Amino acid sequence: MKDWSIKEISSLLREKKTSSVEITTDYLQQIKKKNPEINAFITVDESRSLAQAKLADQRIQSGEGDVFTGIPIAQKDIFCAENWLTTCGSKMLHNFVAPYDATVVKKFNEVGAVNLGKTNMDEFAMGSSNETSYFGAVKNPWDLSRVPGGSSGGSAAAIAARMCPGATATDTGGSIRQPASLCGLTGLKPTYGLVSRYGMIAFASSLDQAGPMAKSSEDCAMMMNVMAGFDTKDSTSIDHKKEDYTKNIDQSIEGLKIGLPKEYFAEGLDGDVAKVIEAAIDQYKKLGATIVDISLPNTNLSIPVYYVLAPAEASSNLSRYDGVRFGHRTSQYDDLMDMYCKTRQEGFGEEVKRRILIGTYVLSAGYYDAYYLKAQQIRHLISEDFKKAFQSCDVIMGPTAPSTAFKANEKIDDPVTMYLQDIYTIATNLAGLPGMSIPAGFVNKLPVGIQIIGNYFDEARMLNVAHEFQKATDWHKAIPEGALS
Amino acid sequence: MNWDVVIGIETHVQLQTKTKIFSGASTAFGAEPNTQACVLSIALPGTLPVLNYEAVQCAIKFGLATNAEIAPRSIFARKNYFYPDLPKGYQISQYELPVVGKGLLEIEVGDIKKTVRITRAHLEEDAGKSTHGVVENGTGIDLNRAGTPLLEIVSEPDMTSAAEAVAYAKKLHELVQWIGICDGNMQEGSFRCDINVSIKPKGTDKLGTRREIKNLNSFKFIEQAIHYETQWQIEMLEEGKTIQQATVLFNPETGETKAMRSKEEANDYRYFPDPDLLPLEISDEEISQIKKSMTELPHLMKVRLEKDYQLSSYDASGITSDKHVADYFFATLKEGAEPKQIANWILGQLFSKLNESNLSIEHSPIKPEVLSLLLKRIQDGTISNNGAKQLFEKLWVSPDIEIDAFIESEGLKQVSDSGLIETMIDEVLKNNQAMVDEYRSGKEKAFNALVGQIMKVSKGKANPGQVNDLLKKKLS
Repeated sequence: MKDWSIKEISSLLREKKTSSVEITTDYLQQIKKKNPEINAFITVDESRSLAQAKLADQRIQSGEGDVFTGIPIAQKDIFCAENWLTTCGSKMLHNFVAPYDATVVKKFNEVGAVNLGKTNMDEFAMGSSNETSYFGAVKNPWDLSRVPGGSSGGSAAAIAARMCPGATATDTGGSIRQPASLCGLTGLKPTYGLVSRYGMIAFASSLDQAGPMAKSSEDCAMMMNVMAGFDTKDSTSIDHKKEDYTKNIDQSIEGLKIGLPKEYFAEGLDGDVAKVIEAAIDQYKKLGATIVDISLPNTNLSIPVYYVLAPAEASSNLSRYDGVRFGHRTSQYDDLMDMYCKTRQEGFGEEVKRRILIGTYVLSAGYYDAYYLKAQQIRHLISEDFKKAFQSCDVIMGPTAPSTAFKANEKIDDPVTMYLQDIYTIATNLAGLPGMSIPAGFVNKLPVGIQIIGNYFDEARMLNVAHEFQKATDWHKAIPEGALS
Repeated sequence: MNWDVVIGIETHVQLQTKTKIFSGASTAFGAEPNTQACVLSIALPGTLPVLNYEAVQCAIKFGLATNAEIAPRSIFARKNYFYPDLPKGYQISQYELPVVGKGLLEIEVGDIKKTVRITRAHLEEDAGKSTHGVVENGTGIDLNRAGTPLLEIVSEPDMTSAAEAVAYAKKLHELVQWIGICDGNMQEGSFRCDINVSIKPKGTDKLGTRREIKNLNSFKFIEQAIHYETQWQIEMLEEGKTIQQATVLFNPETGETKAMRSKEEANDYRYFPDPDLLPLEISDEEISQIKKSMTELPHLMKVRLEKDYQLSSYDASGITSDKHVADYFFATLKEGAEPKQIANWILGQLFSKLNESNLSIEHSPIKPEVLSLLLKRIQDGTISNNGAKQLFEKLWVSPDIEIDAFIESEGLKQVSDSGLIETMIDEVLKNNQAMVDEYRSGKEKAFNALVGQIMKVSKGKANPGQVNDLLKKKLS
């Protein structure tokens, strides 16, 4: 097994030096070998993947192929895919076979990509360690005793263990960037509204955003070319002009103004992680960037605000899981109320229940103004912080997560500590801004990611900024020990 | 003690759109259960609502028709509660910022006109239907109706009697059909009312505790339910008891209302803005464009009918009670008949036949051009009113017959030959000397009896006007 990038596979396929069936077979074998210990996939369906690969090869042969035709990727199990089990990491949907394709899945199907399978995730994307999945925890390929991050931990671990060259992921408060950081990958959470949410199972609708996860910025750019675009099926989708994210990825970043928010380097950040980030910033200076000190004064409010708004929306979004029409239904019940209670008691895990309770509470009569409404007002202030910051810089940088991958079971019983994992990523979701994490170095053989936050719809520039760094460094090329053996 | 009755009405008007309010599924009534339930109607994971602009246009039309404020920006909110026929576990509705604000609706009870204030009207989706008894040991859920667009119209508590409440409901029912936003089919649930009733000592200001009668879908039920509810509340208060705020159901079998659940125990709906939908923004341009596309409103048309065509207020109300009736009136008028006569015939003969056959005017076998020709034959004296009625009966069953040929062949032609009529008069006068004497001695009634005799002799064909004139001459 060679460690191909998406870009390399694309060239090989187009030069007809290999076939999609061949590449897909390699990855399916790697999944067979590695998945039992990593648990990155919930569903793998070899025959369907190979059938897609065959069709892709035919397209390439007939000269109809797109740059993405024949490339195998994995889909986070939050995306509905027609006739695929789509669980969202929950017992509630353990038996749910989606009858339709999410727009993201549809777009990959249309360009002829191959679906290698559905990746594990925290239940309903609620978690930062991939330990809340009904289908078992995912392990970090860099250290099997540690978590891969979450909620897109399955996608991250699958790429890190070279079971796929790229995967889709979603990010509500850091669920693309934090696992990318903890698994040594490149992940992009686009501007809210740039990628359609249709068919992506909702956690917190005003914050959820799908994005790519891969090994390099170039690969993410290629995936973005497929994923981004206006969708009439999603009312919050934005009719932004179609861009080619690979086009200017190679540009010099001479003169780039990087804002460093002092709040992102304050107490709570691991000292060794801070050093890695500082070294990466030095690298950027060498590439011609200048540094601007900025402040995002409401950073410390982002977690409390998030944990009012996200659960509020989730409590409502998850009401449809009532056992009436699909998914889990308890086997024995006395009446309707009993059926509801038992079904939801059995179908949801602890963390999901906790958030439904929080959300129900903050929306209740008498509490709504004090919690939900207040949180919305602060959310606005947080957006204003960024608006002001971007007047003096082009991109904002800082750590993605406060530490490297932590030990399994270390924080699972301490939700508030777990929530602090997202301290640097949550604000961008609240503001709807794009954020990215790229590998910046290691601490004790564990990857550390640096976060790049851009202005609205500035993904092309962010990918360029990331790519220039990756041209000058090799951090993103590091492979977990034994991954290819 | 004397009491004042205070009534406010919330009306759910099902909008006549081709597809559901937030999805492309059909809204047609009567399909097999769950055959019109798309992935969104079932609330499958990952599905998202997209607003159907047709529903917004309906709301704007209603706002314009009631002279209401139309919000430049309104918000869709989620009303959260669990029920098996509510697939998402929440209903998308409008809460704090509705699309239509304060408006007015003029009603008439007898000769008294009254203006009822409309508080607001907002867009929302309907739920599905739970049916008991169709599934063994369970409840059947049909999601065809889930997501059907509704406009909920809320009135101020401005009505003071069952008659006023019914007049309001009828007027609203006429209006929503007139402007083409609702098919008005009450049996199928396209127009249903929740009636809030309270009572207070006569002349006092403070409102009493209200009870809400849910889901009434006939004017008769509205009237019966209010009568019963009012009586019940008065008895309670007169017995010294207090009224508990409650939701009640009307039982048409017994004619009684009965409490369903008390409001205190009701759900906390946890309303919040739906993050899946953007605020609904409506520009002045959109409003003026819709305004241009709308036909004349019934209350304005009524004034015009009275002024330009000298119709009585009663006739003008009748003609403007339904857009199709007004269309029929104008189509008949265009063919050249007399407006007053047209109104009489539509509201008289035609309505009674339509009612008898349970037909709506659009489906009348007698078309406006045919009615017009018939009326013209009365006007030009070819046939008498009686003859016209016979002809009308014939046309009802065989609308294609040639009118003039039929008049000829059936001998319906009126006798207008004065010589012939005089002969008949002479004959009658000769044979009824007693009546002639009576008339001459001052008994006016005898004149009518003589006319009757002459008509009898003519087998109803003599032109009554001519008979009158000629008889008067003969007797003078």
